[in-house]
Amino acid sequence: MAKEHWAESGEGARGRVLRATALNRVLGHYGLEVAAWSGGAYVLRDRKGGTAVVSDLGAVWIEAERLHGAPLDPLDPGLVAALSA
Amino acid sequence: MTTPVFLVTGQLGSGKTTLISRLLQRPELGETAVIVNELGEVGIDHHLLRRVDERTVLLSSGCVCCVLRGDLSDELRSLLDLRDAGAIPPFRRVVIETTGVAEPAPIVQTLLADPLLPHHYAVGAIVVTVDGEHGLHGDEALHQVAAADTLVLTKADVVGPHDLEALEDELERLNPTARAVRASFGEVEPEFLLTASARDVRELPPTNGHAHPDGVEAVVLILDRTVDWTAFGIWLTMLLHARGTSILRVKGLLDTGGEGPLLVNCVRHAVHPPVHLDGWPDDDRRSRLVVIGQDVDRDALERSLRAFVTDAPSPLPPAAGGFRGVPRPWGGDSCGSGSARADSDLAG
Repeated sequence: MAKEHWAESGEGARGRVLRATALNRVLGHYGLEVAAWSGGAYVLRDRKGGTAVVSDLGAVWIEAERLHGAPLDPLDPGLVAALSA
Repeated sequence: MTTPVFLVTGQLGSGKTTLISRLLQRPELGETAVIVNELGEVGIDHHLLRRVDERTVLLSSGCVCCVLRGDLSDELRSLLDLRDAGAIPPFRRVVIETTGVAEPAPIVQTLLADPLLPHHYAVGAIVVTVDGEHGLHGDEALHQVAAADTLVLTKADVVGPHDLEALEDELERLNPTARAVRASFGEVEPEFLLTASARDVRELPPTNGHAHPDGVEAVVLILDRTVDWTAFGIWLTMLLHARGTSILRVKGLLDTGGEGPLLVNCVRHAVHPPVHLDGWPDDDRRSRLVVIGQDVDRDALERSLRAFVTDAPSPLPPAAGGFRGVPRPWGGDSCGSGSARADSDLAG
């Protein structure tokens, strides 16, 4: 059995749905969308039909970067401005 | 009940073996298993440990933070099996002495990520020896200091007071979350090293020191609004993914809306299970986060953190217990009764 991610410890399906909502604030800036999937996973989508299934929050960023085609940085001024708006 | 694992690291010749040897002579530390990691085909340091017995294990021919991580897991499992079978004397703690070039983070990650070990072991503290005579040299030394809960300045008897104070100032700038102690011939009170392990981050001033000449700097971020835990987890995972090579340490207490703060502690990519403390030590409930990194842009970091965690429209309403987005119970550690200090909870 896979070990729980530290940020997701003790939460259920509802917690993952709410996390996906919060993630979409960030990923939406890069044209990406995430949804909670069955079995504790998330599914990522881009606007061109690309998808990826990831097992936990830590893995979201690896696949999100792959779909976006460029690094994602939380210090990105454009992202910070969008979140602060 | 997990067995605490104490990591003793520091540069070659900085006094790791001397420190451990002296500690193991103390009767209160009798029930200690020791894992010694050395580079080279033939280990030497483990022979210098005076209490070599069945509980002392040598990992040689490689460094435990890179090529021997699997061996470390195997040895920790083996110690459990041998203890349960009565084949070795009982032990209440494990001390791992690393090589002088070891990075603490991969070792901590090995302990945290293993599917079995976290059920039996918890990281007690990272103790780093610093050669009081020769100081810090190279990136490994800076990374070790950044990861430390406790810093031991060795050879204090051969260094002048001014030089020692200058080194202490340097260490304070590099890692203000760690406690420092001077030692001569490895003489340190065991309680200082193996129980209370770090300073309370709330003792740290909200100002920032100057960067080390190598660009390593500790910045203190203070948030005066409740932090959304879900948003914080998103921010920290994204930060560690994007800048994991330059972020050496993150440690702090967060106000997530509950009775007590949440203790967050990570060494590079290795994130300890967050610990929910029972209460705040005083009326100041502001969240405080220390970030130690290479070439850190403090203002950009603070803007980003605020945008993620305090400007966020919370996806979670307050739960019955009053916690905002914080799942309980934790899969990992829980805090001790009545404890509200980071240092006591890190001790495992």
